[in-house]
Formats: sequence, structure tokens, C-alpha cells
Amino acid sequence: MSATHGGAGEHHDPHLAHHFETGEQQADSAKLGMWIFLATELLFFSGLFCAYAAYRANHPEIFIWSDQFLDKTLGGLNTAILICSSLTMAWAVRAAQLGKRRLLAVLLTATMVFAVAFLGVKGIEYNTKWKHGLLWGKYYHPHVEAAAEHGAEPAPAAPPAASGKAPADSSEIPPSAVGPAGLAKHPRGPISDIPETAPKNVQIFFSIYFIMTGLHGIHVIAGIIVIGWLLRRTLGGEFGDGYATPVDNVGLYWHLVDIIWIFLFPLLYLIR
Amino acid sequence: MAEVRQTPGTHVVPLRILLAVWGGLLFLTWLTYAASRVDLGSLNLWIAMGIATLKGSLVLLYFMHLRWDKRFYALVFIGTLLFVTLFVGGVLIDTTHYQSQMIPGYAPEMHAK
Repeated sequence: MSATHGGAGEHHDPHLAHHFETGEQQADSAKLGMWIFLATELLFFSGLFCAYAAYRANHPEIFIWSDQFLDKTLGGLNTAILICSSLTMAWAVRAAQLGKRRLLAVLLTATMVFAVAFLGVKGIEYNTKWKHGLLWGKYYHPHVEAAAEHGAEPAPAAPPAASGKAPADSSEIPPSAVGPAGLAKHPRGPISDIPETAPKNVQIFFSIYFIMTGLHGIHVIAGIIVIGWLLRRTLGGEFGDGYATPVDNVGLYWHLVDIIWIFLFPLLYLIR
Repeated sequence: MAEVRQTPGTHVVPLRILLAVWGGLLFLTWLTYAASRVDLGSLNLWIAMGIATLKGSLVLLYFMHLRWDKRFYALVFIGTLLFVTLFVGGVLIDTTHYQSQMIPGYAPEMHAK
């Protein structure tokens, strides 16, 4: 560390890197970097939101039909769990700012416990989907008898196996005399009723469901790892002297993961 | 509530506010669930998105300190949201207006694959 800077706290603050004038400047640049990272995260997810929007706009019936297989109670429970973890994380930032190291350790542990609980509930949901064959793409092969025991929802009619279609589905092309002429408007009925039988290409919904919740789940796992890293540093005696930048920035990341779930919950679980 | 020493330039959020925001978020979660059980047609989606936006704003403003932090962080975030809106809006602008959607049954390759 160069001694050319005249700061009084130069040798007193081990957290201050030599290329920053003050701790405040250092914290600000770290935070700006974090916000820019969060911006890239949001844009990263926005591609999936685009896919969701395009498919839902084109095929609302797939989304309405598939939604009955998602457990609203477990989804709601997971939303509440993540909100609780956001509270403990925000509280942890406060504890770090105030130098309450024991409280910080307790709150970071609580946040990790909530995060693991979230993944546990998610695991139960994934396991149910797996057992019922409600998977992505060509792995979508629903077992009706298994789906029938799925909670209080009415047992849906047997969905056709989408992957077993003949390559040339020519029988579904109506002759021109039968089909509507010109730019006929697609007649849209009331879309909020669950149809009797499964629409085609339900696997599209489950592809979107798994990739969106899966990517979110990976972010939760990453969150657990970085919060664990914070906990280790806290137990090692850091963050007790007004230095809270890492806690603050991990907190920002964790809250963004929460915000993404806040949008995923109604978009995936509460369709009608 | 004694606000003891802290890094200059940071704002310590009172615990009272954190708990109030937490309660608000849980209430809004219940509200979005309750609203989804009432059939309002296409309005349901907008209500759900409105509640989610409100919840997200609470998290951003209070848990993520945007209300007290430098305005530039908010600018970065709002700028990102504008791009997200642009992307999703660009996708939606014509996605349901191709011939195959307007004449049902005329693009079987869209359904078979």
C-alpha cells in the first residue's frame, strides 16, 4: 500500500483499497457495480419473459390448461418464504451497518435457512412434475392416473402425447373450401375457462416453467453460497466496525432474486 | 431507536419500516392470490402484474434502499426496466398478427413440431 495518500485512516482501515480516497467512495463504486450487475441480470431474465409473453399471447389456452397442474399453495408458500428471507437479509444489512455482529450472523443464517426451505419446496414441486411426466419438450408424457391424484383440482382428460405426432400432420389442414377466407379473425371465446381436453403443445408451457423457475433456482443456490461466504467472514470478525459493503451488495442481489420470483409467481401459478 | 455509528453516506433503515414492508408484502401476496380467484377476464393479468409491480417497488424502495440512496442507482434500474419494456413490447407488437394465427388450422407445422 502506497503511503502517498494523506488519509488519516490509511493504516487504520484495512478494508480501504489504496486506489480509493475514502471508504464512502469505495462503497459507492462497489454499489454502482452491483446495480449494473443487477441490470444485466434483469436483461438476462427479460429474454425469458419475452418467450413467455410471445407464447402466452399466441397460445393462451396452453397456459390456462397447464396452470391447473401447478400447486398454488406451494407457490404461495414459496413466495412468503422468499419475502421472509428478504426481510432477514434487509435486517442483516442494518445489523452490519450498526456493527451488531452476533445479530448479523443470526440473520444471515436465517436467510440461508429460508433459501434452503424455498429450494426444498421447489424440489417437492419438481418431484411431483417428474412423477406425472409434466416435463419440457419431448420429455412431456403425462400420466393421467398420476395427475388425477394431484390435489383438489379436477382430473383433466387425457392429453395427447405431443411427441408422438406423425411428422406430416396433413389431416389437420382443412381444405380451402372449409377454412375461413381471407383475413378472417380468429374467433376468441372466453379464454378463462379451463377446456375439457388438453390443448396441443402443452409441453411449451412446461419448457417455459422449468427454464424460468430453474434459472431462478440457480440464482437462489448462488445466493446461498454468497450468503454463506458472508457468514464465514462475519464469524471471522468482519463487518463489525461500520464496514458493511459486501453485506449491502449481496443483499441487493438477494432482493432482486426475490423481485423476480414476485413476478414469476402470478405469471406461472395464478393464470386464469 | 438509537442509530449508532455507521459508514458515512449509508442509510440505516429503521426496523419498524422493514417490518412494515414485510407485512405489506405478505398482504399483497395474499391479495394477488385472492384476486386470481375472481374471474375478471383479461383484467386478471393486469391486476396481477400491478400487484407484483407494487411489491417489487416496495422491495426496491425500502429493502434495497433506493428511496434513500443515490438517484443514479435508481436511474440505472429504471433504464433497465425501459429496455425490458422495449424487448417485451417489441415481441408482442405483432406476434399474434401472422396469417397462421388469424386463420386457424392453416399452419399445421406450427402445431406439429
